[in-house]
Amino acid sequence: MATFSTNQFKIGLKIMLDGDPYNILENEFVKPGKGQAFNRVRVRNLKTGRVLERTFKSGDTVEGADVADVDMQFLYSDGEFWHFMNPENFEQLQAGASAVADAAPWLKGEESCQVTLYNGAILTVAAPNTVVLQVVETDPGVRGDTATGGTKPAKLETGAMVKVPLFIENGELLKCDTRTGQYIGRARE
Amino acid sequence: MPARSPDQRDPFSLPAAALWRPSATIETLRERARLVRSARAFLEARGLLEVQTPLLSRAASHEPHLASLAVPVQGEPAWLNTSPEYAMKRLLAVGSGPIFQFSTAFRDEPPGPLHNPEFTLLEWYRPTMGYRELLAEVQALILELAGPRDTLVIDYRQAFRRTLGLDPHRASLRRLREAAQTHGLVSTARRGPARAELLDFLYGAVMLPDLPGEAVIGITDFPVCQASLARIRPGRTPMAERFEVIWRGVELANGYQELTDYAGLLLRQAVDLNERRRHRRPCLPLDLRLNEAVAAGLPEGSGVALGFDRLVMLTLGKATLAEVLAFDHPRA
Repeated sequence: MATFSTNQFKIGLKIMLDGDPYNILENEFVKPGKGQAFNRVRVRNLKTGRVLERTFKSGDTVEGADVADVDMQFLYSDGEFWHFMNPENFEQLQAGASAVADAAPWLKGEESCQVTLYNGAILTVAAPNTVVLQVVETDPGVRGDTATGGTKPAKLETGAMVKVPLFIENGELLKCDTRTGQYIGRARE
Repeated sequence: MPARSPDQRDPFSLPAAALWRPSATIETLRERARLVRSARAFLEARGLLEVQTPLLSRAASHEPHLASLAVPVQGEPAWLNTSPEYAMKRLLAVGSGPIFQFSTAFRDEPPGPLHNPEFTLLEWYRPTMGYRELLAEVQALILELAGPRDTLVIDYRQAFRRTLGLDPHRASLRRLREAAQTHGLVSTARRGPARAELLDFLYGAVMLPDLPGEAVIGITDFPVCQASLARIRPGRTPMAERFEVIWRGVELANGYQELTDYAGLLLRQAVDLNERRRHRRPCLPLDLRLNEAVAAGLPEGSGVALGFDRLVMLTLGKATLAEVLAFDHPRA
């Protein structure tokens, strides 16, 4: 794998630290007037999702992480593995439960997901930024209440729980943001 | 994985069409001109002579961590100055008396919120004045421009001890490395970081953020490995007679009790060039005319370089240098 010098650091570069792959979220050059220059970076561990701050001496080199992002379609879960397909050539690949932990509550099938490959396997799966899902369980709607701003929990067809306004009824289609886990609005479908 | 938001601070991500426009507003440039006039009046009232020295020199900086930009003239090698220090000292050596200069300086560094490869230094020299007295003068100038506020003078050693529990002059290399690692320094080179590098890191990443924010703070008496061209005071714990001025966590000025001893200068240059070799930086021609000037006799005194763009930025409450430069480097 390639090595990168700190002056090649940029947002999105994948590097190895302590044996784990990391994604660079922020890169700042800091230098005292006459002293050694440093690169202060914020990095996310691609296995655990933890975000760290680290500093490198400018000019040091770091090993690149052998990581690639590809778009794959979610097919189905067999209870143990989650199956994805490359829509261009129909190659299939399975992911373990930990790789889909964040995405799973939002997936019902056929969504196009960003799949991160590392070390010959799926490392993580990201659900589409927004999804449209049906409400399967919530308290009866309070008709006309669009002003009080109150919320109640609602269970969606995939099992995800979201907070929704009081006027939402069972069976309605909702648009949700998978990154924040929040209700965006009613979907017109 | 969350979608990335575009980095607001990255000017290269701006649409190309916006890059012809200045990075500062005209109102800010008016304020900046007023601050230039105030600083000039402050120094002239104290009897300093304004000078102008070449930006383009036949010699380059020997500082271990400064990268000079090469600009050949008629095929002959020449470099843009990283500060007007060497030329101003040559004026001092022929008896110029106290002098100051607003000088453009160039350093080959990536642009960022606090860095622009081309910037303005306000540099001045005070023959006969000691570095502590000069520090007080720098603080007075900052207050003159930025308005009344607290000033503090803190000993490097005390500040370092208070935040890190280590003596910067005496702690072992191993203990400095452990402290740096604890605070997030990653070392990937086969040879670990040297003492000066560890101190640079701990100073910038741990000690400065721990200082009181609003006061204009002078930090004095640096470890000898960071002496640069400052005189070293001998003693049980030798220290470099050097100060830095910090305001809101930003390094604003660097001052020295100037090294006037010829043999001492040659030794410091050799140490610096050795460091440059270690960092695989090119060893460019030394300014031998500075050496001759020091041999002829530099008056005992002190000098300081103040990052004028940074001072304008902080005084006007801006967050980036780009906001106080007519055109920052990406727009230059």
